[in-house]
Amino acid sequence: MKILVCVKRVPAPGAKINVTADGSDVDAAHLGFTTSPHEECAVEGAVQLVEEHSGEVTVLTLGPGESEEQLRYAASVGAAHGVLVEVDGNGWDPQRTAAALTTAIEGIEAERGRFDLILFGNESADAGGFQVGVRVARALGRPMVQGIKGIEASGDGSGEGTITARREIDGGFEVYEIPRPAVLGVMEGLNLPRYPTMKGRLASKKIEIAKLAGHADEGGQSRITLHRPEEAVSETVILGTGAEAAAAVVDVLDELGVL
Amino acid sequence: MLLVILEHEDGVLVEAAREALTFGRTLAEKMGEDLEAALIGSGEDSLVEAAGQYGAETVHVAAPVELTDYSPDAYGSIVAQMVESLEPDAVLACGSSRGNEVMAQAAARLDAPFVANSLDATPGDDWLITRVQWGGSLLEDVTLEADTPLLTCGLHSVASEPGDEQNPDVEEFDAELDASDLITMVKDRVVQEAGVTLPTAPVVCGGGRGVGSADGFGQLEELATLLGGRVGCSRAVTNLGWRPHSDQVGQTGTRIAPEIYIASGISGAIQHWVGAMASKHILAINTDREANMVVKADWAVIGDLHEVVPAIIEEVKRRKA
Repeated sequence: MKILVCVKRVPAPGAKINVTADGSDVDAAHLGFTTSPHEECAVEGAVQLVEEHSGEVTVLTLGPGESEEQLRYAASVGAAHGVLVEVDGNGWDPQRTAAALTTAIEGIEAERGRFDLILFGNESADAGGFQVGVRVARALGRPMVQGIKGIEASGDGSGEGTITARREIDGGFEVYEIPRPAVLGVMEGLNLPRYPTMKGRLASKKIEIAKLAGHADEGGQSRITLHRPEEAVSETVILGTGAEAAAAVVDVLDELGVL
Repeated sequence: MLLVILEHEDGVLVEAAREALTFGRTLAEKMGEDLEAALIGSGEDSLVEAAGQYGAETVHVAAPVELTDYSPDAYGSIVAQMVESLEPDAVLACGSSRGNEVMAQAAARLDAPFVANSLDATPGDDWLITRVQWGGSLLEDVTLEADTPLLTCGLHSVASEPGDEQNPDVEEFDAELDASDLITMVKDRVVQEAGVTLPTAPVVCGGGRGVGSADGFGQLEELATLLGGRVGCSRAVTNLGWRPHSDQVGQTGTRIAPEIYIASGISGAIQHWVGAMASKHILAINTDREANMVVKADWAVIGDLHEVVPAIIEEVKRRKA
């Protein structure tokens, strides 16, 4: 089973996230970087499918040169190949990103054969455009479903056959059964990603990362600026300390009519 | 005309659709255009009537017989066909999981831009839109250059409110679907829990790392049950395997909007906060007075949740007796 996972390098914020003085980007000076959480689960999901059906996982990213770090991380937990579409910064609009990824995927498939399954994160943690995977799937002429938290492949996972996918909805889930080759937008909760082993870490240093230059026309959405939302400043009313505060808490619940 | 795509379930307009119509009314006014709505898959009277209560003057109904359940491809294709033949000045949906997916599918078909999770939109030659990044921790101002702007409004970014009630005209929309549009149709639905669920619960009792263990959630379960609510948790908790991911409140989990969110032992990292911020009220229980959750809460109890929560349970039981 040949699986491609598209990942994105994003800052790893804690309690607060700041913007550069000119408002052009996130101020990442004091932040680490990570793989966008949905995509971390996509990598794990792909590795699990390959463990079950045999095959190999390729990871693809579009981003600055430093994104190689995220490809190597994916390799440390089981991906076999990494491809980096190198662009300046992280500010490409969704149409442009999708066009460049489509070109890259067509190139990889021309060389190494078609992927049975392509996984995207449902949306990136930072830009949250909710569309790059959908656009790529459409351009490749493949079925695509978003919001996936469960994946199974029929047969040996390769060639003809189906992908069964589960999407969580309020109080249950929807089941989709789509023919391969297919594309899915997955969400955290698909699995609990493993940590790299020492052996995995060493192996990841040796894998070759293919580098492509990103070219695509700009789309219709352009960033002017990033800014923090205005927050309603409210004084927190301290109801008390420890167990003694219980009566005051229940008064509040009573007042709100939820008792 | 502004066309609002309405999400519905079992003959009811879902809250997200009501929010989209509420957002759409303001937007249509700014555009100086009529507010119209589209129902895909069903044109039941109850849905048309509800759309009218929220101000839709015309409702376009596309319900091809072969479309027996949701399909991202079919829905996206129908929206794209509506853009081409109804020629709306803009199309809006709510940024729910489905809303964003359908608009992305339509945009991909039209090779047009799509702006997800808008909070404010100013129409013009180029539109000026403020949209959500990082689940709402940051905002991005963008320009949108498009023949027909396609956008969603952020889920829970407006409170739904009925408008000038209309008795909408119903227009049948003759959509053409081919076999490839039906490949992604839902094949089966599995109900796991009936009754109150996390996205709709009036009370959510959330627990973070401070709960200490999977078993520690027993007390929060008890409190939630007493209050007719549900248990939620932080990402740290699902990563530790203490709770299923479906309980996670946050950017990568569920965005809740209860009457009150009782957050116990949760520090309030932005990943969690953006899932909780639409709560009408927040009560934090934490040993750390400076914790982000405490600072942002309406009320707080400073103390160990393992002492505070049982005391609250006892008090609730006493008053209910």
